[in-house]
Amino acid sequence: MRALSAIILRDLKLAFRAGGGSMQAVSFFAIVIVLFALAIGPDIPLISKIASPLLWACALLSTLISLDQIYRADREDGSLDVIVATSEELVVTCVAKAAAHWLSTGLPLILATPALAILLNLEAGAYGPLILSLLIGTPGLSLIGAFAAALTVSLPRASLLISIIVSPLFVPILIFGSGAATAGAGGDPQFMSNLMLLGASTLFAAIFAPLASAAALRSNLD
Amino acid sequence: MPNIYELANPVRFERLARPAIPWLAGATVILLGAGLYFSLFNSPADYQQSDSVRIMYVHVPAAWMALFTYTFLTMASAIGFVWKHPLADVAAKETAPIGAAFTLLALLTGALWGKPMWGAWWVWDARLTSVLILFFLYLGYIAVWRAFDDKARAARLAAILSFVGFVNIPIIKFSVDWWNSLHQPASVFRKGGPSIDPSMLTPLFLMAIAYTVFFAAALLQSMLNELAARRLTRLEAAETKTGSVLVES
Repeated sequence: MRALSAIILRDLKLAFRAGGGSMQAVSFFAIVIVLFALAIGPDIPLISKIASPLLWACALLSTLISLDQIYRADREDGSLDVIVATSEELVVTCVAKAAAHWLSTGLPLILATPALAILLNLEAGAYGPLILSLLIGTPGLSLIGAFAAALTVSLPRASLLISIIVSPLFVPILIFGSGAATAGAGGDPQFMSNLMLLGASTLFAAIFAPLASAAALRSNLD
Repeated sequence: MPNIYELANPVRFERLARPAIPWLAGATVILLGAGLYFSLFNSPADYQQSDSVRIMYVHVPAAWMALFTYTFLTMASAIGFVWKHPLADVAAKETAPIGAAFTLLALLTGALWGKPMWGAWWVWDARLTSVLILFFLYLGYIAVWRAFDDKARAARLAAILSFVGFVNIPIIKFSVDWWNSLHQPASVFRKGGPSIDPSMLTPLFLMAIAYTVFFAAALLQSMLNELAARRLTRLEAAETKTGSVLVES
């Protein structure tokens, strides 16, 4: 438990202090939303209708571009070798890395969502389901994404490969998350079932992704 | 029957595989010919779909193979991962492009059938989407093999990815039961026997066996190619090494 919190605290300091990349994902999120809105044009009813799925997909893309950072810096300065060699349970370390990634990327994305939702004229009743689904779904994105980062850590440049590996694995979370956000706005009874399946996907990722990450880290560093 | 450890010797594997390939290739031609004859000429047209039903004989076995090859790939990866069996790794690696081809064939023939039947080339339906994801999983798996120079490391990492991606296989299989799907549910392997007429089952099974035999032939041949390519790399490396030694002396 102490090792877990030590790694989370260390990663958060690195992410939020000078040179950390935490705000890059949020900036990217805002820019992609603006690009989409500009491409669609001034059709306010259409934009407002697709705002929830659009915010979900763009939050996913913003997570995607930040994944390469999770193990990269630690690998370059050698601290990853120390972490792997000294940690009693590498799986717990992998959970900590994913948790730190969510706190430094996923949570800021969610905090930025309401502001961007105003830009897209999201209807008032849709904010709650959207934020709730993002809160449940984005930890799953961080867990699966951290696995892809661990898988490619020994490669010099991997962001494109990470995108190819991780996108198919993100699909259930995107479908259930976006589905819950849209259904919840319309008072659709499918809201709860989508939310449950979203929670199940995240929990499933929480069990298997750290195991796979640990195995991938060991294979990469031997 | 040699056990899997004896087969780990590439020379022994080659001695068994090389003579088997012409037989498997010949059987593929005969079975595929018979299967296509039954599918295109010697089977009834459907009372609703008319002749479009014949696309099914190409489509359904391809979809079966897409699932079978990914399962095979994962099992070979597991054998390679747990017992460090080098030929199992080669088998997993060489299965991926063949499996991706079957998946693409299933997707394309499905689109060709969907246009006249559903009125759309593509619908975002649970079965179609999960098979499309399977195709991307194959691509990701192939990309991992290509990204790492060290074959042993690539094998381990690709194996881990294949285990994670295996989650998708039951989702594809049961997608037609779990979601209200436009795609028809299982009508051959189901409780209470097939709901398809025997006259349509004959071409279907002939095509399925032809695809399986083709898979065996293509897999063995690409494994032999891969082993030859690795031997060539080793020989070239050895040659450059001795060459540089000669220059130094």
